[in-house]
Amino acid sequence: MSESVEIRLTVNGAAVTRRVDARQSLVDFLREELGLTGTRAGCEHGVCGACTLRLDGAIVRACLLFAAQLDGARVETIEGLSDSGEIADLQAAFHRRNALQCGFCTAGMLVTAAALLRRGGVPSREEIRDFLSGNYCRCTGYCAIIDAVEEACRARAEKASP
Amino acid sequence: MPADPARPPIDARAPASHSVRGRRAGRSTPRWEDFLKAPRFAYLRVSSLAQVFDAFAEHGEEARILAGGQSLVPALNMRLAEPRLLIDINPIAALAGIERRESVLRIGALARHSEVGASPLVAELAPLIHQAVPHIAHPAIRNRGSFGGSLAQADPAAELPACVVALDAVLHLASRRGERRVAARDFFRGPYETALAPDEVIAAVDIPVAPKGARSVFLELARRRGDYALAGLAAEAREDGLRLVFFGVGGRPVEAGAAASALAARDIAAAQAALARDLDPPGDLQADGATKLHLARVLLGRAARALAAA
Amino acid sequence: MSEQPLSFFDRPNSYIGKSVPRPNAQRLLQGRGVFVDDLRLPRLLHAAFLRSPYAHARIKRIDTAAAARRAGVVRVVTAADLAGLYTPWVGVLTHLKGMKSAPQHPLAPDRARWQGEPVAAVAAETRAAAEDALAEIAVEWEELPPLASVEAALAPGAPAIHEALGDNLAFTRTIDAGAVDDAFDRADAVVAETFTFARHTGVCPEPRSILAEFNPADRRLTLYCSSQAPHMMKEIVLRHFPLAEADLRVVCHDVGGSYGIKIHVYPDEMTVIALALMLGRPVKFVADRLESFVSDIHAREHRVAARVAVSKSGEILAIDIDDLTGIGPFSTYPRTSAVEGNQVVNLAGSWYRSPNYRARLRVVFQNKPPMSQYRAVGHPVACAVTEGLVDLAARAIAMDPAELRWRNLIADDAYPWKSPAGLLFEKLSHQRALERMLGMMDYTGLRREQKALRAQGVHRGIGLACFVEITNPGPAFYGVGGAPISAQDGCSLRLEPGGTVTCAISVTEQGQGTETVVAQIVASVLGVALARVRVVTGDTERTPYGGGTWASRGTGIGGEAALQAAKALRANVLTLAGAMLQAAPGGLDIVEGWIVDAGTGARRIGLEEVGRAGYFRGDTLPPGLQPELVATRHHQPRDYPFAFTNGVQASWLELDVETGFVRLLKHWVVEDCGRMVNPLLVDEQIRGGVVQGLGAALFEECLYDAAGQLRNGTLADYLVPMAAEMPDIEVAHLETPLAGTELGAKGVGEAGTAGAPAAVMNAINDALAPFGARVAEQPFTPARILRALGRV
Repeated sequence: MSESVEIRLTVNGAAVTRRVDARQSLVDFLREELGLTGTRAGCEHGVCGACTLRLDGAIVRACLLFAAQLDGARVETIEGLSDSGEIADLQAAFHRRNALQCGFCTAGMLVTAAALLRRGGVPSREEIRDFLSGNYCRCTGYCAIIDAVEEACRARAEKASP
Repeated sequence: MPADPARPPIDARAPASHSVRGRRAGRSTPRWEDFLKAPRFAYLRVSSLAQVFDAFAEHGEEARILAGGQSLVPALNMRLAEPRLLIDINPIAALAGIERRESVLRIGALARHSEVGASPLVAELAPLIHQAVPHIAHPAIRNRGSFGGSLAQADPAAELPACVVALDAVLHLASRRGERRVAARDFFRGPYETALAPDEVIAAVDIPVAPKGARSVFLELARRRGDYALAGLAAEAREDGLRLVFFGVGGRPVEAGAAASALAARDIAAAQAALARDLDPPGDLQADGATKLHLARVLLGRAARALAAA
Repeated sequence: MSEQPLSFFDRPNSYIGKSVPRPNAQRLLQGRGVFVDDLRLPRLLHAAFLRSPYAHARIKRIDTAAAARRAGVVRVVTAADLAGLYTPWVGVLTHLKGMKSAPQHPLAPDRARWQGEPVAAVAAETRAAAEDALAEIAVEWEELPPLASVEAALAPGAPAIHEALGDNLAFTRTIDAGAVDDAFDRADAVVAETFTFARHTGVCPEPRSILAEFNPADRRLTLYCSSQAPHMMKEIVLRHFPLAEADLRVVCHDVGGSYGIKIHVYPDEMTVIALALMLGRPVKFVADRLESFVSDIHAREHRVAARVAVSKSGEILAIDIDDLTGIGPFSTYPRTSAVEGNQVVNLAGSWYRSPNYRARLRVVFQNKPPMSQYRAVGHPVACAVTEGLVDLAARAIAMDPAELRWRNLIADDAYPWKSPAGLLFEKLSHQRALERMLGMMDYTGLRREQKALRAQGVHRGIGLACFVEITNPGPAFYGVGGAPISAQDGCSLRLEPGGTVTCAISVTEQGQGTETVVAQIVASVLGVALARVRVVTGDTERTPYGGGTWASRGTGIGGEAALQAAKALRANVLTLAGAMLQAAPGGLDIVEGWIVDAGTGARRIGLEEVGRAGYFRGDTLPPGLQPELVATRHHQPRDYPFAFTNGVQASWLELDVETGFVRLLKHWVVEDCGRMVNPLLVDEQIRGGVVQGLGAALFEECLYDAAGQLRNGTLADYLVPMAAEMPDIEVAHLETPLAGTELGAKGVGEAGTAGAPAAVMNAINDALAPFGARVAEQPFTPARILRALGRV
């Protein structure tokens, strides 16, 4: 046990080794230590969703994890999802529909929507709203986001079985 | 609600444990807790229960379990809890898993809500829980939040405590002294207060498998999707009787015995009236006690109709 | 060739009126935006604040010694430590006659007057270390009785929060137009209602953030702010800190939502500036979510007693309102805490024809967080009161509420129009908007559906709300009252040697699309592709001087400046091109980045050739010619005090009468903001604004106890609207171009928020009508609805 912990993990495919203060949250670690500022701290109590990223393939709140817990973990942030091209279609749909304004919630929204997209099929608007119900946006009023996600789901489903 | 001298009153003052919700409501002394960075603590990652017990033996109540963290970490960030040591139990394989053991469905304490919600075993053998999981917070929270963690947190407005009471579940509590079993209805003592001793950990929960013909109805009224309940009802009808367990209307899940008896006699109106004997909801930030009682009545009516139709 | 040349708007390659995706959204989509908290500077320090836990208390002693000794802590300050470094400020405007407020300091010197007021600050190497130090600051408080309601603050004998001011009435005003008493006397029906509106806060996704970088060698301060108005911030800082105008620069990068929250002067941010000056190191402060709830400005706490007089033939004869609003202990600086109430009494009733209007406003100090302008400032209150009264009047005379509106809205051909309170409407389209709305939503069809469902015990409601919105304000709004708030904006365009255009403009971007709209205008007028226009905003050193974002003015004012600048640059370019081609500039045009023959369209030379010639090859130009490839123009409204817009909203919802829960099924908006530059962005401003209004109607309220303690100051307890509860929103547009400008655009940013709560309230009351019940207290929670129904 220690107030300072060594962790080895992968972040966006790259191996990272660091010694961290036990109390440093994952979102602060990514932002301060690794300069990956796309993941944002909007509330630090797990409610707003701006810090959402992928941990070992599942979406989680980075403000509710300590970096110290991440030894052996695989973290993917918005930067990684962007650079790999995985969500290019989703980002394009967001862009076309203006499903973002100030952009502060956008990373968390995209990472969450990407998880829905991965399920396949075409969810109803209600199902999309439900899945995104934990991501706070103040600018868009959500309609354009639902439109963009619906569009992306449809396009992917069509590609999968034309 | 009849007072039980062995238990602390429902309207207890500030909770013994940590809770972010309404955290200044009910405080007698104003405090400005402007903290959103966790205080210093030592971190210990363990891979067995034995290591947990060693840590408890050495540090006593200054050590806290870190499981899903979805309730603990906000409380740490707000410095509502300041443990000297966090014991990260997430790697303990023995605490994970969902399996059938003859007439019992065993859910490991570290089973994530998302796993429980997606499990075909749970859907088949404990449909009440299957219905409840989608109401728990949001997908990202459900990927980390754990079954045992939710029960240990014992939020009066949470879904799973009411479900395990309605299902007559048995909790396995492990400590250095060994393992003991506590019935769900005896586990929840008050707001954020359970039968867990300070050196105990929930290891698993055994739920009697739903027999043929069992009917489950889970209803919740919340201001927004994923919010804690204004009022909720976990209703399970089995051959041996009807369990109506309300949540969000008291310091812990409340079994509405009088209402259940009236409902067994198929009298919905009498059951709704009898609810006043079963429930005496304290008000909270969302609604006063009278409103909660009213909502509980409405849920009862709706559950009764759904059970009859099932 | 006798055709009129096509206007900039009609030309084939014009972007004006096109739904172009925003070029500056790409970085935000990749998580690569730059917000203040993303900035890293050498030797950066982080600030955290100790705030009063009491709504009212005397500070007897603050002991910071232990805190100052903690590892990582560089300085701990209280008011005494900052004395002499700044001058205090007072939030009054001279044209709000009789307004009073008291001087305010960065850290409270002797008394704390609201729960959350900053009293001490720590600068440390990390935010966590700063918070650790906060826990070690020992404060000896003497609790004082708080005034936590307007009733308490105005009660006879109530102590004045500021003794020198005498009482707690910050501002009062009355309006009495026409013959109100006579109208009420002769009315066939008089209906009264008291509408109450809960205190709210903005909950910006990115909390307030500031980074102050002071270079002690040249005494230059650079402020990186999450702000809407960098030039105003600069003026304010110059007024209150010992800095020279040339030595202060304010920069705004990406701003994570603002909605008016980030145009005010905050004591904690002023403290950060003081710390930077003291320490000679950069200091960053990002308000965390908890402190945001008690330190961001609040808004919308009103109780309005209102009456309407109506004839049985459906003529609204008079409206009479009394608005009592509770602010904080100080009027916010520099925009004051009286403008919201002032707009309520100015706006209420104004879109109807009746000349009889009376209003009283009282703005009252309390021991709660200060309040000020927040999106739609006063409009949601004025609209809910007005439209609520109209529905009540309709019910009283058994007339359909759409019909009553139709009979009383100012006719489309009646302009220009002056309202009883003195508002000047140049030209609005209320009747066309209502007609369009009733068709779009299929009003008669919905009424049929409502009736059929009622018979089955399903209770749905339809609510209408007409409104106006203040946009494009002129200098009589703030400047006249002494505030350093500019009503004009400037745009400076430069043709680069490679043929692209750099556009520096003083209106700002917080995600609404300012940079895109400006680029569309410049590209269209100049004749270049959108991608060749690079817009620079948010920097007092790199843009012309201007007002920034507030009161929905960016497109109307900034856009006009951009249009005029583009015309001027075009003329300069054609002058040079004419000289190069030995052709008359009047016979040339610019299309798709090429100088072309105006008549034949034939391409002559590319813009980059003109650029190169102008910058590098003066030797090839006629003697005496000085190429000028930069043009700057400014614009401010001069003829009308405001450019009003208008619209109507409708809500269709289902009420569960057993639980009091409201399900929003659909929402519609018809709006007229003049010429639309980018319809997609207009739609999205409307939708986002509507949802903020839906939050007000159903969810948002700051809950205070009698001791002035905020009881729901977390995101778990203060309920903001999330996706699952919000409806789809359909938007239609009318375009009545604004006279007096070439662009003809008005603003649209706040219209959605202005009308949404009224529409929802009217829909809920429409659903409640068969039960003889109604609600008038926002937010309309299940508990309130159940009480109205008598179920609880």
